[in-house]
Amino acid sequence: MVLRTLYKILKVGVITEPAKAFSDQELENLGQELKSIIDRRFRGSLAIRQVDAGSCNGCELEIHALNNAFYDLERFGIHFVASPRHADVLMVTGPVSRHMQHALVTVHAATPDPKWVVALGTCAVTGGEFGNGDSYAHCGPVAKVIPVDAIIPGCPPTPLDILRSILSLIKN
Amino acid sequence: MNEASNRPGLAHEHQDAVDTIIGLMTRLNHDGMVTKRLPAGGFGNTVSVEIVNPDEWGILARTAREHKFRWVAGWIVDESPDLQRFRATVMACFEKAGDYIVFRTRLTARQSAVPSHAPWYPGANRAERHSRDAFGIEFLGHPDPRPWLRHQAWTAQQFPLRKSFPASGTPLAMTPPDSGYPFESAHGSGVYEIPVGPVHAGIIEPGHFRFMAVGEQVLNLEERLGYVHKGIEKRAEGRDPAGLSRLAGRVSGDSTVAHTWAACMAMERAANIDPPPRARILRGILAERERIANHLGDIGAICNDVAFTFAYYQFTRLREDWLRKNQSGFGHRLLMDRIIPGGMAVDPGEDQLAAMVQEGIGLRRELDELRPLLDDNDSLQDRLMTAGILPSETAMALGCLGYVARASGVDFDSRRDAPYPPYDLVEISPCCRHTGDVRARLDIRYDEIYSSLKIIDQLLARLEPGPILTEWKTPVPESEGLGMVEGWRGEIFCYVRFDAGNSISRYFPRDPSVFNWLALERLIHGNIVPDFPLCNKSVNASYSGHDL
Repeated sequence: MVLRTLYKILKVGVITEPAKAFSDQELENLGQELKSIIDRRFRGSLAIRQVDAGSCNGCELEIHALNNAFYDLERFGIHFVASPRHADVLMVTGPVSRHMQHALVTVHAATPDPKWVVALGTCAVTGGEFGNGDSYAHCGPVAKVIPVDAIIPGCPPTPLDILRSILSLIKN
Repeated sequence: MNEASNRPGLAHEHQDAVDTIIGLMTRLNHDGMVTKRLPAGGFGNTVSVEIVNPDEWGILARTAREHKFRWVAGWIVDESPDLQRFRATVMACFEKAGDYIVFRTRLTARQSAVPSHAPWYPGANRAERHSRDAFGIEFLGHPDPRPWLRHQAWTAQQFPLRKSFPASGTPLAMTPPDSGYPFESAHGSGVYEIPVGPVHAGIIEPGHFRFMAVGEQVLNLEERLGYVHKGIEKRAEGRDPAGLSRLAGRVSGDSTVAHTWAACMAMERAANIDPPPRARILRGILAERERIANHLGDIGAICNDVAFTFAYYQFTRLREDWLRKNQSGFGHRLLMDRIIPGGMAVDPGEDQLAAMVQEGIGLRRELDELRPLLDDNDSLQDRLMTAGILPSETAMALGCLGYVARASGVDFDSRRDAPYPPYDLVEISPCCRHTGDVRARLDIRYDEIYSSLKIIDQLLARLEPGPILTEWKTPVPESEGLGMVEGWRGEIFCYVRFDAGNSISRYFPRDPSVFNWLALERLIHGNIVPDFPLCNKSVNASYSGHDL
């Protein structure tokens, strides 16, 4: 049993990118750049707390993908944390539903300063298909509820888009 | 339109449907109930019946229950002649042996109450509370007076889905939290309460769980959902078909193909058009690809919840490979907006289709290799077996769907039992388990991946060159259509009604999560609190698809 498991692990080998899928090692270069900034400015570790404030769950699927062996986000020093109190960055998805409005404000207040808020996905950026907030049910984009420092549009943004955007956030 | 008209054996099958329904209607009439059979219109093979006296709405549920019909969905249509006079039509759909039947009853301007279906069908409980909060219709005899959809974003006197209610509503600058909801409580020595959410400790959708526990054991779990209510039903009003199709694709992102397909099927039936054969087959391929992607992710995640990270990394690897092929073949990793009214937005090239066959062979080989590593791993199986058992009778009574039902021996699959193109062309291998535990829900997913791969092969073999889009025809005002699609979570039901000029008057999608959420509350009984994430993941109901 254990041997067979080990055999499978050996056979699959290291699949973590660079793979052929992205030309010119884009992911690897991005990652190295990210890591050097994180090492310098965040003492090697950037903690993200993800908050779904009304998403359709499409964005969550792609955020999850960042943890698979291809992207393996943690090797660059970025990790998702369970509490806003441990976070440097809040990554918020969805048009903010009115039923989540209070919870989002509470989470924002619970995140220690200095902090950044990233609005991830077209809905979080503009309200997307759900509109910009002229609704009885939701407030529209995240910026209408808490201050936003960076945006990652896309429906949903791909894992590579997300990586790229995190880099540009911490560079500036 | 009769999409299945080319299917051999249809005459016989349709006869069965009519027999079942005539039997039910005869029974209803014996009780002195006056029923009117309505023209099928955009309902395809589904019979449409009006119950003239709304007071008899409850007798319908009682009779249907006696005849072992499944309660598929219940919804309201606002047919007000003007904004001052509210008139509602109450609708419900039942199914038995693959035959669907839609009932409706029209309320007069003075009526705003009908008997509830919930006493006979527990699955109707939250659906009726949803309708009550959104339309202000009372369901007489309903066992639960608490709001469900409504938190604090609108008042108990406001009904946001009535046509007279403005879509923008009258919200406060800051919506207060819904802190006064009266949860069930328990008292006694050593009984304690654990509130969880709406914000959970992971990359997951929001919702609230209230546990009552004694020691490690869960005494009771109560869900409080509705946190991601975005007003999808309201937002659909006035859209054109393309706009509704995009919105439907965002009811639940993980089921974007199935919800888009169901909405398009309903609209196409209302408009009396048929997508071309090639588009139908491509839709089937997309739905099976969506099923495989989600099952791969879920198998990995279930194993991860019991710290078997080897499987998590293996299955998320297979999922990522699969999503990248979605991108190269169809232009979107999650396949959003690939299905459009009248057909398909994209047609993958022959190279891509040929590659898909190879891809299937590769995935099968990987799955064959990985399966014994899960099955023979005692410490993994020790956590999965006998955890979160959902008895077959409970699954049936709640109207559970998809892998949750099939893992408990309730073997309904609309692809096989009420086949719609292209599933009339393929053989679908049965996937059914009987233990109803987490292991069964994992095994079903494994079986279904194999089954879907086989379906994709059969569909690819049937794919002929040809157009992928039929020209849209504006439906006449008040046209209605139904869409039923077996999404990866189970049967998705959808009702669409048009106004004049291609404009949507009502869109009602029902995700299988509506019933499967109820299953989670039951199957957790007697389990230990630390197994909740495992049980929850094995059900993996959609919050967004439920809250709409």
